Amino acid sequence: MTQTKGTLYKGREGMWSWVGHRITGVGIFFFLLVHVLDTSLVRVSPEAYDAVIGAYKNPIMIVGEIGLVGAIVFHAFNGLRIILVDFWSQGTRYHRQMLWTVMGLWVITMIGFTVRHLMLFLDGWGGF
Amino acid sequence: MTTTKSDALLPAQGIEAPRSGRIDPKYLRSGSSKSGSFEMAAWVFMRVSGAALVVLIFVHLTVNLLVGEGIHQIDFGFVAGKWANPVWQFWDLAMLWLAMLHGGNGMRTIINDYAEKDSTRMWLKSILYLSVIVIIVLGTMVIFTFEPCLLDSSGQLLESSPSFCQNV
Repeated sequence: MTQTKGTLYKGREGMWSWVGHRITGVGIFFFLLVHVLDTSLVRVSPEAYDAVIGAYKNPIMIVGEIGLVGAIVFHAFNGLRIILVDFWSQGTRYHRQMLWTVMGLWVITMIGFTVRHLMLFLDGWGGF
Repeated sequence: MTTTKSDALLPAQGIEAPRSGRIDPKYLRSGSSKSGSFEMAAWVFMRVSGAALVVLIFVHLTVNLLVGEGIHQIDFGFVAGKWANPVWQFWDLAMLWLAMLHGGNGMRTIINDYAEKDSTRMWLKSILYLSVIVIIVLGTMVIFTFEPCLLDSSGQLLESSPSFCQNV
């Protein structure tokens, strides 16, 4: 309502949330392909599964896991926002406020996840 | 803005108002075309499966990474322990199917958006559909044919077996 110049969509919250949703979606999709394949190793042998899943337990992958969960949490919260924009009668009116709510919840969730994941990782980590 | 002459609001003469009857019939929502009903079903599926996946995946991440020993607890025995329970088998099966179809449809949309050449689009979508089918079939077979209590060549229970195998 206060917008006096520029466009309603391009370069603004609507466009950037769409860009974020696409990029995180593609990333999650490719991880999912890998994750089904690595889990399938339980049908090869326990040793094969444990060896490959062990790769998820080194510090570099821990950082990657935080990034992956960050992508999933954004995609999840923004997806719920899309559902509200589509089905809630006031959805289009409050889509920007809902995006800031999504970002706020994302920050809170990611602080919680990152602290917990790092603590659990350091607890059981044998070092390099 | 209470003018009866709507023409006065248009920026230039000779430009028709939006949706003034020049829309190609294939873009109209009235009437039923086959691809239209498929796209509508896909649109609904993205929202229904998306909402379900939020619950499925958040619980999956919590149980596997945030409780117990977190990431260090994940090994063959952990998977075996979970899949001994039909609830987790069903949980992972639902996650597999919904996530692959949700992600597959998202990738289909992206390919349609950016691959402008017909042959490129067909190739990319063929590879996509094949990958989705292979992953869904593979994952489903793994969940249902999984054997938690493996024996070595001398008939002894493997060390990596979960503890409940002792009682079988």
